[in-house]
Amino acid sequence: MIKKLLLKISGYQKFFILVLFIYLFLAIVNYPLFIDSLISFFELIKKILPILLIVFLLIFISNLILDSKRIVKFLGREAGFKGYLFSVIFGIISTGPIYMWYPLLADIKEKGVRDSFIVTFLYNRAVKIPILPMMIYYFGVKFVIVLTIYMIIFSILNGIAVEKSLTYKK
Amino acid sequence: MFYLRIKKSILQTLNAFKRSIFILFSVLLLISLFITAVPKDFYSKVFTGNYAIDSLIGSIFGSIAVGNPLNSYIIGGELLDKGISLVAVTAFILSWVTVGVVQLPAEFVMLGKKFAISRNLFSFLTAIIVAILTTVTLSFI
Repeated sequence: MIKKLLLKISGYQKFFILVLFIYLFLAIVNYPLFIDSLISFFELIKKILPILLIVFLLIFISNLILDSKRIVKFLGREAGFKGYLFSVIFGIISTGPIYMWYPLLADIKEKGVRDSFIVTFLYNRAVKIPILPMMIYYFGVKFVIVLTIYMIIFSILNGIAVEKSLTYKK
Repeated sequence: MFYLRIKKSILQTLNAFKRSIFILFSVLLLISLFITAVPKDFYSKVFTGNYAIDSLIGSIFGSIAVGNPLNSYIIGGELLDKGISLVAVTAFILSWVTVGVVQLPAEFVMLGKKFAISRNLFSFLTAIIVAILTTVTLSFI
């Protein structure tokens, strides 16, 4: 019976059930930590909900106006340097936690977007304009300028390296 | 024709939602547990004072840590005040954002296992390289 049920549910659901078991175990062994973690979870949900809505709206819009051919033209094999430029800009201007963007990235990856552009996009999420003043406050202007330049350069190098490693493994 | 395209887009978006919601909730639950269980002053206790080892430790703990990048700046600022090297702190704040051990299961499912491992591994290594380059460059300016 349990075996049949396990076969029916997907990998994502199995992972979710595993996490629920961790929380159940936590509730038994450390109830205050369980409650604090749950409070933190609901606070996180409240914070990321607007971003999540934006992400799914973007998925809807991209499904509506962009077909695979058009996406591949801008971010596919032949996109070249322009593709990196787009990935850097989108990575910098995108907001919210990194994992919120996984659904959209998975969607465009299926449509033929190059791995290197996805890696470059994800790396540039480290360059966040709204929190740069805070970084300057802690580390100084020179540090922020130098680090930002290196991060942008290495985001592209990282993208190329990951793509090469994946092709090599294939 | 346009109505059909809207209908198709809604269905595709719903599919993406169904595929990702369980994994997103799982990652959020794990992150909440991590943020609550690990106190902020924990990080200052793990550094040794050795320039090379500390940059590796910085990158390792930045990779495991999760949360708003702002927290990494605050912790990084505190670490600098306590005499931890700039290389170690830079590696820490860089890997905080670019490497994600806690959200790795989500990345596995959504973007593929090989992709996730390769991306996180290269991001981990470049966090150390960029930290060294940044510190060296700053010493010349």
